[in-house]
Amino acid sequence: MKSVKLAVSAIAIIAASASVASARDQVQVSGSSTVLPYATIVAEAFAENTDFAAPVVEGGGSSAGLKQFCEGVGENTIDVANASRKIKDAEIETCKANGVANIVEVQFGYDGIVFASDAAGADFVLTPKDVFLALAKDVATDGAVSANAATKWSDVNPELPDQDILVFVPGTKHGTREVFEEKVLIAGCEEAGAMEAFAAANGGDEDAAEDACKALRTDGKSVDIDGDYTETLARIDSNKNGVGVFGLSFYENNTDKLKVATINGVTPSVDSVASGEYPVSRPLYFYVKKDHIGVIPGLKEYAEFFVSDEIAGTDGPLAAYGLVPDPQLADVQKNVADEAVMQ
Amino acid sequence: MTDTTPDLVPAPATPAQNSLLVADARTRRRNAAETRFRAYGIIAIGLAIAALVWLLSTIIADGAGAFRQTYATIPVTLDAAVVDPKGNRDPEEMKKVLTLSYDKLLITGMQDYLAQEGIQIAGLSDQDVKGFLSDQAKANLRDAVLADPALVGEVVTVPALTSSRIDGYFKGRVTAEQAARDSKTSPEQLQLADALHANGALETRFNSDFITNADASETRPEAAGLGVAILGSAYMMLIVLVLALPIGVAASIYLEEFAPKNRLTDLIEVNIANLAAVPSIVYGILGLAAFINFMGLPRSAPIVGGLVLTLMTLPTIIIATRAALKAVPPSIRDAALGVGASRMQTVFHHVLPLAMPGILTGTIIGLAHALGETAPLLLIGMVAFVQDYPDAPPAGLMDPTSALPVQIYNWTRRADPAFFERAAGAIIVLLVFLLIMNLAAIWLRRRFERRW
Repeated sequence: MKSVKLAVSAIAIIAASASVASARDQVQVSGSSTVLPYATIVAEAFAENTDFAAPVVEGGGSSAGLKQFCEGVGENTIDVANASRKIKDAEIETCKANGVANIVEVQFGYDGIVFASDAAGADFVLTPKDVFLALAKDVATDGAVSANAATKWSDVNPELPDQDILVFVPGTKHGTREVFEEKVLIAGCEEAGAMEAFAAANGGDEDAAEDACKALRTDGKSVDIDGDYTETLARIDSNKNGVGVFGLSFYENNTDKLKVATINGVTPSVDSVASGEYPVSRPLYFYVKKDHIGVIPGLKEYAEFFVSDEIAGTDGPLAAYGLVPDPQLADVQKNVADEAVMQ
Repeated sequence: MTDTTPDLVPAPATPAQNSLLVADARTRRRNAAETRFRAYGIIAIGLAIAALVWLLSTIIADGAGAFRQTYATIPVTLDAAVVDPKGNRDPEEMKKVLTLSYDKLLITGMQDYLAQEGIQIAGLSDQDVKGFLSDQAKANLRDAVLADPALVGEVVTVPALTSSRIDGYFKGRVTAEQAARDSKTSPEQLQLADALHANGALETRFNSDFITNADASETRPEAAGLGVAILGSAYMMLIVLVLALPIGVAASIYLEEFAPKNRLTDLIEVNIANLAAVPSIVYGILGLAAFINFMGLPRSAPIVGGLVLTLMTLPTIIIATRAALKAVPPSIRDAALGVGASRMQTVFHHVLPLAMPGILTGTIIGLAHALGETAPLLLIGMVAFVQDYPDAPPAGLMDPTSALPVQIYNWTRRADPAFFERAAGAIIVLLVFLLIMNLAAIWLRRRFERRW
């Protein structure tokens, strides 16, 4: 009897509390794990310096975040999606179909992508071409396409260390992978002259040639890491020959364990990425549901706080953590203040 | 009749083949087999113990540091020009001064202290001084000023958290050699730490904040704590207990004592056993679809986590309860029925009380299992950065929270190595909770179990 009463009262309590589920009073954010640390820093400072509740920030990846973002309008959906890439047209279509028509796009800075190896290991002076020749599935010699046979870095470029090729590359679900393919592999493919060879082999089809440039070797010398940078770091720790692909901010936090490679002779840093000298970087975004502004308390204030000079500027905590501030921050601030909707 | 008397068997010079006193070859083989088997058993136990000791010792070695934290005690002048630029001591006005501005106060405070104490360190830059104290120190200072505007202009001496690298130096995680390569600290900073330590201004002591604080962002691992995660886990366990125990016990009593034995109950029985073996992530997917997308419950809320874990724990509780009910001898039921009790009276007055220790043990083991579960929670938004404490239940059940195992998962993914120590510390806390629950289960069994 007792247990039955207990069960009934428990269900009653839960039903009652579910029905009093009042308006959500905190901003909900989800998306890119690259943006996650910046978003948590902002959320923490926002809660500290305003009277609003602390925003709840989830990671999970740009695509997952944008998918949740586009599920619809209402308190059960998230307010902000973080992304380490621009929203795709297909995603905008999905959003529109679900009633999320008014999206405010905010580009708040840049992130560098670096190659780093064990701190005690050899120095790497890389170019996109070297990386392409070391990692591509197929390479072209004198216009003829052949399987990649390089086993040591010195096979690729005599100036590189005589060390087995082993690179930990972000898995395909990471936004970082896309930038890696575009800014390193395809650029290296063109430098190496393999692009034309691939196009010729595919009957002049340029898309197929690009896909061939992006195809990584499958003989274990290039390892996809689906986890986070911490996993890549652990792999390098256990295999000192490895070279990993990291976000600049992750490297900046672990400079005692990692040694960074230069690309085209440029050492990655907040300054060299900002000036555009360092080639491998990408913009970071967050997307705000305009229809939630005014409904969810603190949403607009959060967005404005995020891009304010104190936070996202050159002396702010985001830059201190490794974000490359957007030179056009004033325009971004204006956009956010005007709630300018994407077209 | 013959008068031959049987010959006395002469005592053999050597014992007979079948003597019990001397083992023959076959007995020796059997004995050897037994000895070998015992040795295998001891080796197996030895391996298990070695694995356990290795696991516990690495976790404790990595995580013990999380329970201690380094604080600097330095006098800081709360300069009115910084803290209250308008000068009217109105807390609303003073709130407009962001935490970041408090940097200046701490840097000046530290430099004044160094000058006053005559500590000189060659090559110590302003940046080093700025990075010496945690960002959390500024936030705490600002909170103190806003809470009591009378402090403006005064000199306060509050213990301030040091940055994670300085803290790591006193825990042996950071060495001077590493600091030279590390962009987040410098050998000068460590020298400053040594000098302050010699002066008694720096101390590493027990860190209760680790248990009570909320999570902190990547820039301040030294301030991160388990408070929200522990509350979230406690709320979820409350929901699991309140829902799974009555439902599980009612289902088991019906199946065991009342239900007819037919194809349908057999099918239910088989399915319950199967559900107990379903991977927990499946319950997470179910929870996402049913509770969040269909019923519209909020993400990251303990109510959703609790419901998912309830579904996951139910089969375990039902199986344990049915076993406990089965273990009650039929003679008890027969006696009760014999003196005229109804079947329900038999169950509730006699069978259930006798089965209670077994039921509670099963429930506690099920709860302990649910407490350590991570996978289903990943899908329902519990892997979030949550800084605000939830309200008291029942309203708080709808507030976003984290959970202990998820917090561990979260911290292992952060860039700053100090979070690794925190994650190991959180594992220790989780293990302590599990140990307490298992001890409670053992105690209940010992205390109330009846033997027949």
